[in-house]
Amino acid sequence: MTQRIQVALGQVRPVLGDVGRNVDKHLQYMAKAREQGADVIVFPELGLTGYQVQDLTLEVARPLSHPDIHRLVRESRSLDVVFSFVEESDAHLFHISSVYAAEGEVRAVHRKVYLPTYGMFDEGRYFAAGGGFQVFTSRLGATGMLVCEDAWHATSPYLLAMGGASVLILPAASPARNVMEQGDFGSQAFWRQLLQVYAQLFGTYIVFVNRVGLEDGVNFFGGSGVVSPQGEWLVEAPALEEGLYLAEVKPDAVRRARYTTPLLRDERADLVWRQLGNLLDGRTPKGGLAR
Amino acid sequence: MRPEIEQRLRLNTDLARRVLTAFIREEVEKAGFQRVIFGLSGGIDSALVAYLAVEALGRDRVQAVMMPYRTSSPSSLEDARRVVEDLGMPALTVPITPAVDAYFEQMDRLLGGAAPVLRRGNRMARERMATLFDLSAHFGALVLGTSNKTELLLGYGTQFGDLASALNPIGDLYKYQVRQMAAAVGVPDSILSKPPSADLWADQTDESELGFGYDEADEVLYQLVDQRLSVAELAARGYEERFIRHVAERVRRNQYKRRTPVIAKLSGRTIGVDFRYLRDWGL
Repeated sequence: MTQRIQVALGQVRPVLGDVGRNVDKHLQYMAKAREQGADVIVFPELGLTGYQVQDLTLEVARPLSHPDIHRLVRESRSLDVVFSFVEESDAHLFHISSVYAAEGEVRAVHRKVYLPTYGMFDEGRYFAAGGGFQVFTSRLGATGMLVCEDAWHATSPYLLAMGGASVLILPAASPARNVMEQGDFGSQAFWRQLLQVYAQLFGTYIVFVNRVGLEDGVNFFGGSGVVSPQGEWLVEAPALEEGLYLAEVKPDAVRRARYTTPLLRDERADLVWRQLGNLLDGRTPKGGLAR
Repeated sequence: MRPEIEQRLRLNTDLARRVLTAFIREEVEKAGFQRVIFGLSGGIDSALVAYLAVEALGRDRVQAVMMPYRTSSPSSLEDARRVVEDLGMPALTVPITPAVDAYFEQMDRLLGGAAPVLRRGNRMARERMATLFDLSAHFGALVLGTSNKTELLLGYGTQFGDLASALNPIGDLYKYQVRQMAAAVGVPDSILSKPPSADLWADQTDESELGFGYDEADEVLYQLVDQRLSVAELAARGYEERFIRHVAERVRRNQYKRRTPVIAKLSGRTIGVDFRYLRDWGL
């Protein structure tokens, strides 16, 4: 198998609260990615709305069936696309959703499970949490999606990898913080380490796309990239600059990584299940300490 | 300053410079403006803002305004001119003496006594603010603020005076970090090395007026604010408790200066309470 898939990273700067203009920008990036031979393009978290929507939530929310969403889905006939927006359910719950569309159809929707509501973040005030992580088949192989904070819970990539995913798609809107530290922003350095560790632990590709631009002085750092199952950064977008970046994903690399370091093979899901069950039931495992 | 705190207050100045110039460029252009304007006092804070603004926008889109009062130190104006010359940017000198003196001539008569220095200083700061916002309309330029994090936290500034601005690029930099940034962007040595002063009366210095040094304040503020340590924890680390309490109390007492006016809630949706939008709404 020598299949190679070109993945494009659309590191965009969304306009806060103007869905139409953001859809236009997504379409421009899709056209450019197509010209450059991309098979898939991934955009950041809330690329269609901007991040701190606050009370704009009611105005920017769209059901999956909305014409704005359809404009992007329709364009997926020649290029797979992952985009993110505020999705309104039939029951009027508002989710931070990420859609994978291909061949003119929605193939998968992931609704952000972990909504940060601390420090500078206030997502729990406006949004409803998603119910889980699903693996689906895409051009990239068995694929899973996580949105930003989802990846700060180790169990999210764990569940996707155990579900068979070999590629994790991770749209983000992560602000630059802690310029004090040497080199990267403190927040960027943490992401870099985290994604390298995940890629190696789970033997997966990770496609990380973080937005750029400012919202009321909060600066989103960009630094999008693709990490191979060997933990190497195949492409790294610069910090703070809008742009389109390409990387090549080779499903063979997953095969080699999982043969060389068969951590997933040796994973004891039964043990985890039993022990978590005990913890939730208030029992302690043998040899464990009572709380 | 203890070495471990000093190290934490050290900035990656290259990265901070990129962030702050991007901030000025994007926030100005998104709001539909091409230009910025600010008061240039000859001090380190406004000098740093000048260098950042020119780097972000180019000198032709930056307007500096010097607004001396008759008691302002001549060396301050010289230092400001040195910045203008070095950056080659347009600058306007607008003395505020006639306006401020006319005001107090009338007000002292009405109130039957000479105003104390604090009121005079506040009036000067607000005269400068009024001038900048008037020129903002004339030049179609957004007003940049020049208050640093130390001043904002301590409330060492005049409400609706020097604290007023549209955008503040240096409001998250402690004074200690302002010095690092200023050195990195090339602010002249004469400005870097002189004692900070609000220059509201002759021989005033910030540190003698505050009663403590900026380094001392930054060391405590960083641990109280950024590290969220309590007064008791700082005292346990060996800092003088009376000083820590004084700093913490200043931060609390001056919260009003960092907020927009409080609105009495009557309706179901009140500005600032449950009417929540960023300034960058639709930008």
